[in-house]
Amino acid sequence: MSSRALPVRVVPPGMFGLGRGRRLIERDLLVARRVWWVPLSGIAEPVFYLLSIGIGIGKLVGRIPGPHHTTIVYATYVAPALLAASAMNGAVYESTFNVYFKLKYAKIFDAVLSTPLEAVDVARGEIAYALLRGTFYAAIFVAMMAALGDLVSVWAVLALPAAMLISFAFSAVGMAATTYMRGWTDFDLVQLVLLPLFLFSTTFYPLSTYPRWLQLAVECTPLFHGVSLVRALTLGQVGPAAAGHAAYLVVMGVIGVVVASRRVRVLLLE
Amino acid sequence: MPGEPLIYARGLTKTFGSLRAVDAVDFSVTRGEAFGFLGPNGAGKSSTMRMIAAVSPRSGGDLRVLGLDPDRDGPTIRGRLGVVPQEDNLDLELTVRENLYVYGRYFDIPRRELRARIERLLDFAQLSERADERVEPLSGGMKRRLTIARSLVNEPDLLLLDEPTTGLDPQARHALWDRLYRLKAEGVTLVLTTHYMDEAEQLCDRLVVMEGGRIAAEGSPRALIGRYCTREVVELRFGPGESERMAAKLTGLGGAGVSERIEVLPDRLLVYTDEGDAAVAAVEALRLEPVSVLVRRGTLEDVFLRLTGRHLVD
Ligand SMILES: Nc1ncnc2c1ncn2[C@@H]1O[C@H](COP(=O)(O)OP(=O)(O)OP(=O)(O)O)[C@@H](O)[C@H]1O
Ligand SMILES: [Mg+2]
Repeated sequence: MSSRALPVRVVPPGMFGLGRGRRLIERDLLVARRVWWVPLSGIAEPVFYLLSIGIGIGKLVGRIPGPHHTTIVYATYVAPALLAASAMNGAVYESTFNVYFKLKYAKIFDAVLSTPLEAVDVARGEIAYALLRGTFYAAIFVAMMAALGDLVSVWAVLALPAAMLISFAFSAVGMAATTYMRGWTDFDLVQLVLLPLFLFSTTFYPLSTYPRWLQLAVECTPLFHGVSLVRALTLGQVGPAAAGHAAYLVVMGVIGVVVASRRVRVLLLE
Repeated sequence: MPGEPLIYARGLTKTFGSLRAVDAVDFSVTRGEAFGFLGPNGAGKSSTMRMIAAVSPRSGGDLRVLGLDPDRDGPTIRGRLGVVPQEDNLDLELTVRENLYVYGRYFDIPRRELRARIERLLDFAQLSERADERVEPLSGGMKRRLTIARSLVNEPDLLLLDEPTTGLDPQARHALWDRLYRLKAEGVTLVLTTHYMDEAEQLCDRLVVMEGGRIAAEGSPRALIGRYCTREVVELRFGPGESERMAAKLTGLGGAGVSERIEVLPDRLLVYTDEGDAAVAAVEALRLEPVSVLVRRGTLEDVFLRLTGRHLVD
């Protein structure tokens, strides 16, 4: 017992592993079974982008320089960014709208917290479930990229894990942000953040296109790191920078989990 | 630890900003007991219950639940409690059965064991026929029964019920009482809050009356009636606006040892007495001719109103 208790004290409890948060995932899956078609709308969006912009604009752009003195079609350049965006979208929809509904209206967590589960379990369970939804989107997207020949490197086997990391970071921060929302109108802000992230994170063209000040700004935002990481993997241009992108997302996720747990405690356990 | 109270509170306090919702209360609950918190709105009953349930940290004082400290051992304590909150918080996106299932899983009950328990609980709550329907359209009474069934899924040592029957019709209330008797007979310790005096008299072995965050009185329903009320109460009705004048004429009753005190209400006079018939005879001897006369037993309601305020004339 005491030999187990020590590492728990050193590392913040539950930073790794899900603990009792698993139970909340079971609950969410039970609900999702009944509305299995909902995620389809979410996955449709990046697919439409890939087919319209990737292929349409790709016609105008023609082949562009790829890794190792090869050339690639434009869709192969855009697809990893859309993969990153779909991982983000799935995670954010779940961790904002759905979590808010459960927190403020359905009072799901009030009941959960009268059982052995604690605030940190609620945060971890819900973040993990949002991560699952993001992963589900990403998996479909990866399969499509494979079918269209957009995975040109063996590194691409890590594209899905990288997408999961993106989902984790956005789920955690999404849930943390949701605990501060005062009403549904605040969700307009979510859209206001997501859209520029999607458009500016080197989704459709490289960072070098921007003036220096905008490059610096973009380099601070999370989806940029997600896109860069996934693109490095699917195009096989992996360097030390990839580790930096991954580290950014890990730190973002951990901060989100810590803030979300603390906020659930403040809101529900007064 | 045998003999240790299941709940032990000394100087237990809860503050919200400058408001002292629970103000240094002392009480303890022993195993197998049915213990009640009575009190008007805002007395601090739910705040006390939430501290016991280890979902609301105390602001001061000592509290031990099942021999443990809720601040430190919250998950362990909650694992052995059943909680029926004041407002139902069922999972409306799930069916009746799924509600029990999901909640049971929060306690890590193995699936197979849980399925068996769920069948028993559905039967207990008389919800077997609605088991696979969604919860949302169920009636208030059914939802309440389901909430109680849900609170039993972990076979708790201690059941906390915050106003279990508020908002239910008489049939549903009696059905719930019946369920609670059965639990009590099985040895489950019950702690409940209520606004209904008949409920407290029926269910509680011992209770405290709370007011303004403090405990105003404590004892068994019988003992409280003995201490704060009389064996019987005579209710006299006079014509409109005559109560005050008649009360003045009745003051002699106290001197004659027939009545302990008289209370004037807008529509009637209450004569507190240990001998209702003697008091009625004394009133008749004064030829006051009330419109109606009713002799009844002193109840917890009389105690409650005396302790938590209503204008009194001793
Ligand atoms: N979370 C909270 N924040 C601020 N004040 C609170 C909170 N919860 C309760 N209070 C206040 O504490 C006091 C006691 O409330 P509590 O809910 O414990 O009363 P109660 O006896 O259960 O009343 P009722 O019979 O209406 O349910 C009230 O004045 C209430 O407004
Ligand atoms: Mg209350």
